[in-house]
Amino acid sequence: MTWDVALILGIDGLANGAVYLLAGLGLVLIFSVTRVVFVPFGDVAAFSALSLAAFEAGRLPPTVGLVLTLAALTVAVEVVQALRRGEAARIPRAVLGWGVLPALPCLLAWGVAGQQVPHAVFIAVAILLVVPVTPLVARLALQPIADASVLVLLIASLALHFLLSGLGLLFFGPEGFRTAPLTTGALTLPGGLPVSGQVMLMLGAAVVLSAMFFLAFERTVAGKALRATAVNRVGARLVGIRPARTALLAYGFASLLAGFIGVLVAPVMTMYYDSGFLIGLKAFVAAIIGGLVSYPLTALGALAVGVVESFGSFWSGALKDVIVFSLLIPVLLLRSALAAHPEEEQEEIEG
Amino acid sequence: MRAVSIVIVAAIALAPLVIGKFGVSLLNDIGIGALVALGLVMLTGVGGATSFGQAAFVGIAAYATAWLTTVHGASPWTGLALALALTGAAAFAIGALTLRLGGHFLPLSTIAWGLSIALLFGNVEALGRHTGLSNIPPVQVAGFSLADPRAMYYLVWMFVGLAFVFCRNVLASRTGRAMRALRGGNVLLASVGADAMRLRLTLFVLAALLAGFAGWLYAHNNRFVSPSPFDVRVSIEYLLMAVAGGLAHLTGALVGSALVLMMKNTVQDVLPMLTSRGGQFEAVAFALLFILLLHHARGGVMGLLARWRKAKPATAKPADAPPLPRRTLPSRGAPVLTVTDAVKRFGGLVAVDHVSFDVRAGEIVGLIGPNGAGKSTMFNLLTGTLPMTAGRVEFLGRDVTGLSQRAIATLGMARTFQHVKLRPQMSLLDNVALGAHARVKAGVIRAGLKLDRAEEAQVFAEAWRQLERIGLADRAHEMAGSLPLGTQRILEIARALAADPVLLVLDEPAAGLRRKEKQALGELLRRLRDDGVTILIVEHDMDFVMKLVDRLVVMNFGSKLGEGLPAEVRADPRVQSAYLGTGGAPSPADDAPALQAAGGAR
Repeated sequence: MTWDVALILGIDGLANGAVYLLAGLGLVLIFSVTRVVFVPFGDVAAFSALSLAAFEAGRLPPTVGLVLTLAALTVAVEVVQALRRGEAARIPRAVLGWGVLPALPCLLAWGVAGQQVPHAVFIAVAILLVVPVTPLVARLALQPIADASVLVLLIASLALHFLLSGLGLLFFGPEGFRTAPLTTGALTLPGGLPVSGQVMLMLGAAVVLSAMFFLAFERTVAGKALRATAVNRVGARLVGIRPARTALLAYGFASLLAGFIGVLVAPVMTMYYDSGFLIGLKAFVAAIIGGLVSYPLTALGALAVGVVESFGSFWSGALKDVIVFSLLIPVLLLRSALAAHPEEEQEEIEG
Repeated sequence: MRAVSIVIVAAIALAPLVIGKFGVSLLNDIGIGALVALGLVMLTGVGGATSFGQAAFVGIAAYATAWLTTVHGASPWTGLALALALTGAAAFAIGALTLRLGGHFLPLSTIAWGLSIALLFGNVEALGRHTGLSNIPPVQVAGFSLADPRAMYYLVWMFVGLAFVFCRNVLASRTGRAMRALRGGNVLLASVGADAMRLRLTLFVLAALLAGFAGWLYAHNNRFVSPSPFDVRVSIEYLLMAVAGGLAHLTGALVGSALVLMMKNTVQDVLPMLTSRGGQFEAVAFALLFILLLHHARGGVMGLLARWRKAKPATAKPADAPPLPRRTLPSRGAPVLTVTDAVKRFGGLVAVDHVSFDVRAGEIVGLIGPNGAGKSTMFNLLTGTLPMTAGRVEFLGRDVTGLSQRAIATLGMARTFQHVKLRPQMSLLDNVALGAHARVKAGVIRAGLKLDRAEEAQVFAEAWRQLERIGLADRAHEMAGSLPLGTQRILEIARALAADPVLLVLDEPAAGLRRKEKQALGELLRRLRDDGVTILIVEHDMDFVMKLVDRLVVMNFGSKLGEGLPAEVRADPRVQSAYLGTGGAPSPADDAPALQAAGGAR
């Protein structure tokens, strides 16, 4: 391997790493606030990519059907629950929040599909379309067992991944799509190495989005509520932060990140209904490096995963995923060496 | 119960004669699935560690035997040996690496290695890449070929039967009790001299070996292996089996495997009639069912059944057995515990500052002090729960500074907990028997083969004796969780006594006790002292301590304030000011009993 090849691989790796970085931030955000290891994260990213592909083909994205189905189910669950508790007065709010709000991006999609609008509009709507997906599925599948153990939540979240990827197959079909390039430009580094605009875009998006993420966390009340919940759930509750509300916020925010990831990778990677799983899983490797709590370590881990993957694919395309997952071994070794304190009690098992 | 088992065994034996060939091969699959699910019930249900990678272990075993028998023409029985050796070794390596990690890291890493192993199968030339290995020979038993699924059936179910009996025996043994206590935390296990990490690793390897048997059976039953049945997806299916059947019951594995595979068959039959895209709905339907199961019946089928059928608690006293060997107690007055210049710093905070004291055989020593005096930290230092910053602890003339909590416990220091650590779902007798863990030796294999019965009889006879000693023998078979808090504290003392301790260290045993209960506890402790047990007691309740102890050590702000006879300590002006707050920090409100006691002494 020459230096040139290594440099190209390194830059490619950083671009991949940028994607895992965004995904890793979303995963850590959800985990720290809700204790859910959100396995279906990648699926949501795949949905936004496939939505964009549908727009480009002049069709209404099947995501609309998916979102409306989920919204209808959620409204039904909310209404039944409200009636059971004798709180019929809350029904209009529930319908508004869980039914009308998720339908807005669908309406937008219906308006722009097949029209002659700038490509950027398609991208924006494709991202907006998937934003309701995570909060809706979380409300349906995870909220009712929010107090269960981390393990039960993890099992539920994994089942949710299979549910979403099954729904993805139903709604999007088995075909793969690649969307139009976001930029065609290229940049030449000093030294004569060309860097494609796409790579620059991925890196730039990671920097900008994670900076915004940081600012939102540090400077806004909602961000502070999220941090408070992550640090101490009971304490946050005592000062009036509602865990269900912050969880919803975290899910929504993560969904937005997933949307960005989808449209970022779609031009360089043929996306199928189930392509997201591996993206999510590699982001997990990054998140585990960060201990599922630390954002900066997750970011570093994500870049490392990207670079390792890129070099791995140079040596063996078929085994690159094995190489990335075996990256976990030294990480786990280190973590187990550091985990000196005895674990405290686990939750009791039901039944 | 015996009659039911005989009926079930007879039904399994006769089934192939009644049902057709398709039914038999379904039953074979159910048996193979049940083996894997059984491993998960042990690992997840008992041990509290979840694995999303069991299918990979099935795969390692299946590929090992397939490779050996097709490429090298070896006998399937040699294949079994290799299959088990490889799965066992893989599980040991992976487990040693990941089991020390907290709750969710383990399952997450299982996803990663589960995926990696399945990916490897599809990419290794010698293993036939994605096409897999075919023409695997059938198993031969005494020259008779088990190529027919009906012949294979008996082999599969014999393995299932043996595995169930083995696991049941293990759970009812010394190791099994400790395994069932794993969810109570490492500190609890270490306090009875058990090694939580080793128990988890044993469970992990056991579960993998069960998956290994399943993989071997799978390879020789299907006569063909390819990567897809060893995917993470299939691992989830095994987990679904265990959860659906009920993680808290061994039979849950069997019920779950039957339920999931029969449901899968029905779904595959029915869905194509409803929609042309049946295959696509299958995954959705399954995932949906799984989520609903987690929402509404986390205990699975067996959990629901157990709710209906309340088992009658046994009342029998365990059979008499020769007593377990006892430690020789040091002669009265000999030093048992000597603490010299103990220091513990948490960052900048000095929680324990150069504290020295000693405890001599046959006395009750009280360690007292206002809130925040460092009593609990001191307690953790001498039991080995926390590492000491500086200083030295000698126990029975041996330097135990820096020894693990488990090592100190096995030397003869037994403790109770301020926040009671009992296993609520285990009987009183089992909880106390857990205390005798370090006094007997039987391991998993001896337990599984039921070679540990004599030893177990001794353990239970000992546990019964301790229950009689504290006056709870009449409730021996009730669940510990059903006791009121005060009684639970007493039960913890019985568990500590079952370890045959030289020194009993009690962390606020009188907290939450009513007056009568306190009197009874006091009498019990005095009786124990008369039997030669040395007792160190950390306590808030002044009234209780003053009447009980021979000597007091008083701590304040991390350092030793003084020591002496109760009357001397009571008269010491420094102790009074520490408790009443003159000159010191104001005493917290919850120290009211202490305040009264000290006030009353003036």
